[in-house]
Amino acid sequence: MFQIHVSTSINGDDTEFSCEADETLLDVLRDRLGLTGSKEGCGTGDCGACSVIVDGRLVCSCLMLGAEAQGREIETIEGMANGSELHPLQQKFLDHAALQCGVCTPGFLVAAKSLLERNDNPTEEEVRYWLAGNLCRCTGYDKIVRAVLDTAKEMRKSPKTKKTAAKKRVKA
Amino acid sequence: MNFQAGKDTLKRKFDTVGTRTPRPDGLDKVTGRAQFGADLTAPGMLWGMILRSPHAHARIKSIDTSKAEAVNGVHAVVTSRDFGPCPDDVLDIRENVMARGKVLYDGHAVAAVAATSRSAARQALKLIKVDYKVLPHVTDVDEAMKPSAPILNRKLFTKGLDKTPRKPSNIAERFEFGHGDVEAGMKQADLVIERTFKTEATHQGYIEPNACLANMGSDGRADLWCCTQGHFMVRQVCSALLGMDASALRVTASEIGGGFGGKTTVFVEPVALALSLKASRPVKIVMSRSEVLRASGPTSSTSIDVRIGMKKDGTITAGDATLRYQGGAFPGSAVPYGAMAAFACYDLKAVRAVGYDVIANRPKQAAYRAPGAPMAAYAVESVVDELCKELNLDPLDVRLKNASSDGSKASYGPNFDVIGLRATLEAAKAHPHYKARLKPNQGRGVACGFWFNFGGETSVSLNVSADGTIGLSVGTPDIGGSRASIGNMAAEELGVPHDKVRCIIADTASLGYNDVTDGSRVTFASGLAAINAARDAIGKMCERAAGIWGIPVDAVTWEDGAARPSSPNAGNHEPLTLADIAAQAGATGGPISGHCEINAEGAGVSFATHLVDTEVDPDTGYVKILRYTVFQDAGKAIHPSYVEGQFQGGAVQGIGWALNEEYIYGEDGKLQNPGFLDYRIPVASDLPMIDAVIVEVPNPGHPYGVRGVGETSIVPPLAAISNSVSSAAGVRMTQLPMSPPRLLKALGRI
Amino acid sequence: MNVISGRIPLQYHAPATLKDAVNLLANSKGKTQILAGGTDLLVRMRTGFSEPDNIIDVKHISPMCKISRDGKGFSIGAAVSSAEMSENAALLKAWPGVVEAAALIGSTQVQGRATIAGNLCNASPAADSVPAMVAAGARALIRGPKGKRKVAVEKFCKGPGKTVLKKGELVEAILLPEKPARTGDAYLRFIPRTEMDIAVVGAGVCVTLDSKGVCTAARVSLGAIAPTVLLDARAARTLVGTSLDDPALDALAAACSAAARPIDDKRGTKEFRIHVAGVLARRAAIIARDRALGKS
Ligand SMILES: Cc1cc2nc3c(=O)[nH]c(=O)nc-3n(C[C@H](O)[C@H](O)[C@H](O)COP(=O)(O)OP(=O)(O)OC[C@H]3O[C@@H](n4cnc5c(N)ncnc54)[C@H](O)[C@@H]3O)c2cc1C
Ligand code: FES
Ligand code: FES
Repeated sequence: MFQIHVSTSINGDDTEFSCEADETLLDVLRDRLGLTGSKEGCGTGDCGACSVIVDGRLVCSCLMLGAEAQGREIETIEGMANGSELHPLQQKFLDHAALQCGVCTPGFLVAAKSLLERNDNPTEEEVRYWLAGNLCRCTGYDKIVRAVLDTAKEMRKSPKTKKTAAKKRVKA
Repeated sequence: MNFQAGKDTLKRKFDTVGTRTPRPDGLDKVTGRAQFGADLTAPGMLWGMILRSPHAHARIKSIDTSKAEAVNGVHAVVTSRDFGPCPDDVLDIRENVMARGKVLYDGHAVAAVAATSRSAARQALKLIKVDYKVLPHVTDVDEAMKPSAPILNRKLFTKGLDKTPRKPSNIAERFEFGHGDVEAGMKQADLVIERTFKTEATHQGYIEPNACLANMGSDGRADLWCCTQGHFMVRQVCSALLGMDASALRVTASEIGGGFGGKTTVFVEPVALALSLKASRPVKIVMSRSEVLRASGPTSSTSIDVRIGMKKDGTITAGDATLRYQGGAFPGSAVPYGAMAAFACYDLKAVRAVGYDVIANRPKQAAYRAPGAPMAAYAVESVVDELCKELNLDPLDVRLKNASSDGSKASYGPNFDVIGLRATLEAAKAHPHYKARLKPNQGRGVACGFWFNFGGETSVSLNVSADGTIGLSVGTPDIGGSRASIGNMAAEELGVPHDKVRCIIADTASLGYNDVTDGSRVTFASGLAAINAARDAIGKMCERAAGIWGIPVDAVTWEDGAARPSSPNAGNHEPLTLADIAAQAGATGGPISGHCEINAEGAGVSFATHLVDTEVDPDTGYVKILRYTVFQDAGKAIHPSYVEGQFQGGAVQGIGWALNEEYIYGEDGKLQNPGFLDYRIPVASDLPMIDAVIVEVPNPGHPYGVRGVGETSIVPPLAAISNSVSSAAGVRMTQLPMSPPRLLKALGRI
Repeated sequence: MNVISGRIPLQYHAPATLKDAVNLLANSKGKTQILAGGTDLLVRMRTGFSEPDNIIDVKHISPMCKISRDGKGFSIGAAVSSAEMSENAALLKAWPGVVEAAALIGSTQVQGRATIAGNLCNASPAADSVPAMVAAGARALIRGPKGKRKVAVEKFCKGPGKTVLKKGELVEAILLPEKPARTGDAYLRFIPRTEMDIAVVGAGVCVTLDSKGVCTAARVSLGAIAPTVLLDARAARTLVGTSLDDPALDALAAACSAAARPIDDKRGTKEFRIHVAGVLARRAAIIARDRALGKS
């Protein structure tokens, strides 16, 4: 086997894995690391269910090779809550019933988190365009957009939540 | 203590029902912990992959799998030879999951492999040599009906005609519904409009591709984990296809990432089982998105003629429709439902709907939310709209004038019970949306829709734990929050807080049979069964209380979560709460549980009215949805958030269908757009908020008045949007989707 | 993998210098492909349209990851993502049409990775950033075993999937000139949705006006209406000498529709593309004019 050895950081945890060169980061997360929270809805960048944050940037993990993870910092849905404390977006998604089947939910949450880290006061239009690469077939997006707008509002009100949410785990 | 229909129960005040409680699977789903079809792995698991036909229609002359078998890491290769004889009712499914002798559409499965890695499986697929003789194909419904069309199945002779024809054709069956003298009705009209419509096939578009993990041993026993709308159906069909005892196969329904009808049948499950049997290892198959689009069930594409007569005052004198649906390579399109639903919103003296079920070289259609009805409603509601315009009548008034109501004779036969169509129309008329001003190039559309709603076979088991909490096992996969609704109904009935009930989807070995999650039946039927199971448990708990108190059981009642003496005559006993009784269960006769096994009837039909405003760019044909409001009768909204979610989701799927979603086939019969980039479902930035107005006209067939809400919401949008766009553009649109090139052409700009 | 076909599995390389990248590219056996953002390449691999033997990831070559500016203009490294372009204020101010075109590529997620060099090298006639680059007069800086060369973007693609790159060559950067005074650029595309579609038609316009608002120079480009992006001199001439008033814009639209020679495909019909090419060019010209006038 021609495997590539990769050292990376996933949700603050130093992680090493071996993969074949044609495996995507999504394949690695799901099949090698057991992090199945990132979903594959298409494998070709069209649905956003596989969204992760790499070095602070939102990307589709299906459009990145596992080998490219070397030396990067990767955030997935599994790292979004701080232990038992949900990220405000996670809580608002529950409160607003912003999920039906829930398969798109991890991707939406990761993408929305990346939006709110850049823009704490997005308009409805900004939310809709930022999330246009995340497909949801169940909800018609209404409750998702409301949940994101409401989270932004709440995070603006209490900068504390914002800080805990943005807090990164210190690397060992 | 089974439920007896009675209107008194509908008036009751609720504690939990009607509130927006958190859903039991919510935490897992926002943290990534929920396990969907592709998320489970097993020790020693192999990856299964399927080789698919590159041709729309071809004879398979030979298949040589020897090179694939020699690839290192490959442990099994299967073809149709690995599927033996099976009962007649699953013959088509057997052929659909693995082609026999002929491939019937682009993407039809011809062989499958199981290997230790995906790359090995991929390599092996490339080394399978299939020798095809390509045959002429047909994908269009009208073309397929022509006598000169290539025949897919020489053994298919049209059913439903006075005389069975001698020659085979692609027309599988003719259906007819209606009553009264249609021609006489047309003569009474001041205006008769007749139009022909065409709609393209669309896909359910669930975001989770079909996936399963099968583990079958040489002892003939198997476990299957899969995302499905009906694991009992999967058990029946797969065991029949593999020649095993139904009980030897245990199917567990994973979390399901959308289905909308598309997961009410099997595709990869029997193949994974066959591979697992051959390899003696667990096998996982996950469809790619292009496989989902090419080979799992889309809807029919249709061609529909509608003729309606109207008097100047808006009275509809007669309705007549001919519906032609191709349902892919096998009989069984939803045309009968389309024909039955076409005129269901109208109380007509004379009505006729004729349907033709047609086969063509496309994937076998599967149900999609109110199967068959949206296209029929599109055609009928478009003609009604045009009549209103021509006669200068208000479209809501005309609908109110002709609307089906309690007791009226449905166009498909029976008489309606208590129904909510009028209530939705009145709500729409009173809503500010209906009066809002429009600007140039903008238009407003109105349309109504109907869906039958089903009940069906249902089993529920309710277990009272010693600490007074409840385990509720249902057998209908939860596709949009039904565990919350069903759990809440049980909590309501027992009189305990909702978070004391944990509702789960039990596997096929742990519960009696359940029909598929379809027909908008789950909240109705599993809810009804859960209520009955709760009442069964309550009966038993009253018996225990009676025993403890030493009084006859009929002197005990259940109220607010506790057994109480029914009158002062029964003695002065402190109430025994559910928890009190549960704690003593061991000493009073053993564990307490409630059951219900029923074939639920009385589902209660459902109606909706949709209002939509659009704006058309006359230079490019681009359509923007400006405002959308759904008015739908939910009977009783058990969990209003998920009811709204169903309204909104259905409306948006309808928007996709109306504007941009379509199966595009090339001259070669191959699907041109098997991916989400070119199969264009609506994205967040395409849409406004979707206002959902819940109308509640209780269903007398359910103790709480529930009507299914899942499907009706996709019935009106195609027509509502077409009416809106036609009005904005000033031309009548008669083909879906109204993609920009089509609209610009209709506008005469190109 | 010990496969019977004997195929050697894919190799991934991440060179740290341009020189190493060119060496690898020139000397590797089999099919070798550059990996920039991967948003085309990985899709092609996944759907079986591309089976490279070697992949060279250029994102570890630091000069290729930068946007720089000297007196002559901007150099956008071939590994710079569309998102990074949008965040570069100077670039956005100078060439909003190019930056906006790059920001039309795919979703937020795709923009986090996609590069305009990749958009160009992929050589799709529908690539969004290409007409915008053509209108702005961009050049591709090519590096190969024999050194550097510069090719005007409109001359870079030879047909769908075909470019002027020779064995061993890669694009190092996209070069944009300094924007002349009173110059504005714009790019518009038509898609049936609002996002996540490939252009059915695209039009790029760049105009320079004199102090009276009369157009002294113009470049008009069209995408998705021919095998490669077109730079149409005749369409540009309809604008020069005018103040981009209605008659001039009508003439522009007519010239663009006349220049278009599209095909019918799943994304649109021939007649639709011909008509909409004119509509979009007209709309883009208005934006470009207003930008040149400093109105937006
Ligand atoms: C969901 C989705 C939506 C998309 N939407 C759009 C859209 O709206 N508009 C649009 O134009 N495109 C779109 N694309 C296509 C794609 O994102 C763009 O073409 C993008 O610009 C490609 O850049 P990249 O860096 O990702 O290229 P890569 O995939 O890395 O490379 C593309 C090709 O160019 C070659 N290459 C890359 N860089 C170099 C170089 N420096 N030198 C030589 N060869 C090189 C590669 O070998 C490969 O063949 C979309 C793609 C996806 C997945
Ligand atoms: S799986 Fe990555 S975008 Fe769909
Ligand atoms: S909740 Fe099902 S796809 Fe979004």
